[in-house]
Amino acid sequence: MAVLVNKNTYVVVQGITGREGSFHTKAMLDYGTKVLAGVTPGKGGQNVHGVPVYDSVYDAVSKHPELNTSIIFVPSAFASDAIYEAVDAGIEVVVLITEHIPIHDSMKFIRYARLRGVCIVGPNCPGVISPGESKVGIMPGHVFSKGKVGIASRSGTLTYEVAHAITKAGLGQSTAVGIGGDPITGMNMIDMLEMFREDDETKAVVLIGEIGGDMEERAAEYIKRCSYEKPVVAFVAGRTAPPGKRMGHAGAIISMGAGDAESKIRAFEACGVKVASTPAEVVKLLKGALRIG
Amino acid sequence: MKLYEYEAKQLFSLYNIPVPEFGLARTPEDAKNIAQKLGGKAVLKAQVLVAGRGKAGGIKFAESPQEAYELAKKLLGMEIKGEKVNSLLVSRAVDIERELYLSIVVDRSVGAASILSSSEGGIDIEELAAKSPEKIVKVYVDPLVGLKAHHVRRIVESMGLFDEQKKVLQDITLNLYKLFVELDCELAEINPLAVDKEGKLVPVDAKVIIDDNALFRRKEFAERASAELSEFEAEAKKHGFSYVELDGDIGIIGNGAGLTMATMDVVKLYGGRPANFLDIGGGARADIVEKAASLLLKHPNVKVLFVNVLGGITRCDEVAKGLVNALATYGKGKRLVVRLMGTNEEEGKRILSSAGISAFDSMEDAAKKAVELAKVM
Repeated sequence: MAVLVNKNTYVVVQGITGREGSFHTKAMLDYGTKVLAGVTPGKGGQNVHGVPVYDSVYDAVSKHPELNTSIIFVPSAFASDAIYEAVDAGIEVVVLITEHIPIHDSMKFIRYARLRGVCIVGPNCPGVISPGESKVGIMPGHVFSKGKVGIASRSGTLTYEVAHAITKAGLGQSTAVGIGGDPITGMNMIDMLEMFREDDETKAVVLIGEIGGDMEERAAEYIKRCSYEKPVVAFVAGRTAPPGKRMGHAGAIISMGAGDAESKIRAFEACGVKVASTPAEVVKLLKGALRIG
Repeated sequence: MKLYEYEAKQLFSLYNIPVPEFGLARTPEDAKNIAQKLGGKAVLKAQVLVAGRGKAGGIKFAESPQEAYELAKKLLGMEIKGEKVNSLLVSRAVDIERELYLSIVVDRSVGAASILSSSEGGIDIEELAAKSPEKIVKVYVDPLVGLKAHHVRRIVESMGLFDEQKKVLQDITLNLYKLFVELDCELAEINPLAVDKEGKLVPVDAKVIIDDNALFRRKEFAERASAELSEFEAEAKKHGFSYVELDGDIGIIGNGAGLTMATMDVVKLYGGRPANFLDIGGGARADIVEKAASLLLKHPNVKVLFVNVLGGITRCDEVAKGLVNALATYGKGKRLVVRLMGTNEEEGKRILSSAGISAFDSMEDAAKKAVELAKVM
C-alpha cells in the first residue's frame, strides 16, 4: 500500500527545465515514476526527456487531469509562488526539494496547504520513495528495496545510509520520507507515524532525527500517548554538535538551551523507543524489535 | 544572523519603538563626546554578539565624560567569551523602577510567530520559563491572519500597567511585530523593557536575529554577515560548504548535513575528537572535493582527515580524484581515512588504491581507524 506516493502517483515537475529539475526528471523516469508533465513559466511547448512542459500547473492539470503530485525544484526566492500554484491547481501532495527558503514564507504556505488538506513534504528535503512503486525525489533509487520498514527522516544522505543497511539485511522499506532539514516542515514525525500506523505494509518505523527543535520529543510523546502498536527505532544525529551553531541544515541548531541530541534520545527512550548509537545499529535494533535473526 | 544591540536599536527607532538616546563609540574620545552630549552621565555597553556580557564586565556606568573616556579605554579591545570588543554603545542611563519582558520568536513546534511577554523581565527568558512559567504570557499569531487587537490586549493587560503605559505598550507590540515580519526576523526581543522612575516604558536592551535564508532580500545585512567570518569559514563559504569549527584534531568531510553530523558523532563515540564539520553538499565534482580536502589539510589542528561519502548524486570516482589531488599538494604530515559507498564506488576505490589510499565500506570501521591514527600521531 505504502504512504504518500504509490503506483497511482502522477507527477508534475515544477522547475523542470533547470539543471536539477531536468537531471532528476530523468532519474525518476528511469526508476519508473509516472512523470506526466513539467512546468516552467515561459517555456510551455518544450519537452524535457520526452516530458511535455507547460507554462503553469493549471495548464498541466487541464491536459493531464490524473496529476496528483508535484515535485518542486524552483529556486528559493520563487518557491513559495510555485507551492501556492500547485495547491490552488488541486495537487494533493507537494514535494519541495528547494533549500534556503525564508522561514516567514514557509510558515505561510505550510499553514495554507494544511488548511486546504494538501500534504507538503519539505522544504529542504530529498523527497519520498515507495520502492518498486514510485520515487518522487532525488534519492538514489538503488539503495532502497520494497519491504516492511517505514522511514521518516530529517536528513538526506543519512536516510540513504540507514536504508542501504535495511536493504542489505533483507527487510526493505514500505516508504521512506525525507521530511526536510528546515526548522518548520510541512510533514512532521507525528504525521508520518500516523500514516505508517494505518499502512498494512509497514511493520516497523525508523525515525531519523537530528539536533534542533522538539519534533523528536513530540513524536516520542505521541508514541506513548497512543500506545503506538508498531515498533519504532530511532537515530539522532548531532550528539557532538556545539550549541548555537547551525550544522548544515537550517533547522539543525541547538538554540536557547533547547534541541540537543541528549534530550531527544532521553525522550525516545522514556517512551520505549530504542535508539541506535550508530547508523549501522538501527538494523540490529529493528531485527530485535521484529524478532528476526 | 544576529545583530548587534546598536543595530537592533537603530531598527527599533526606524519602527517607532522609542529607545534611550545613544551613540556608537569606537574610541575613548567618541565615548567622552557622546557622554558630554547626553549630559555627562552615561552607560557604556560592549557591542558583542555573545550572551552574558553584563556578568563578564562588559557594561559600565560613567558619572562624567572623563569617566566615560577612562572606562571606554578599558572596555575597547577587551575580550568577552573570546569575542573582541570593537565598539561601545554609549547611552543615557535609565533609572529603572521595574523590568518587563517582550519578544517575538518563530515557534518551530507550532509553525507560527509566538509573542512572549512577562511582567518579570530582566533575566533570561529560558531561566524565567524554568523558574516560573506561569509568569509568561504566550500568544500565537497565525501567519496568514497576522496580529489582531485581541492578541495585543492579552499582552498589554497582563503586565500590571496604568492606562497611559498600556497605550505605549500597545504601540510597542504592534511596531515590534511589524519589524519582525517586514525584516524576516527569527527573533525580536526587548529585555528588559524597563519602566523608569517617571513611569515611562523604555527598551533598555534589544536583540534581533534575521533569518539567514532571507538575506537575499535584506542586502543591508548580507554584507556584514560575510565580513564576520574567520579565514577558514570565509573560504568554506566561498565554495558553498557548510562549515563549523570545533576543537579536535580529526577533520571531517561528509556529503549531507545529517551524515556529516553522524560521522562526527561516531568519531566521538570511539574516543576521537572532531576538528570541524564540513558538508560538501550533493553532487560535488572532483574540483569541489579537492577544495574541501585542501581546506582541512591546510588547517593547523587537523592531523587526520576522515572523508565519509555515500554516493547518490555524488559520484565516488569524482570524490576519489579530488582527494588524491588535495593529498598530493597538502598531504604532508597528515593522514587520510576514506569511506566510500554508492555511485561509481568501484572506480573510486581503484583511483584511491592506485594512490596508496585504502577505502573502507563501513563508516564505523573507518571512524575507528581515524581515531586510532590520530592517537598515535
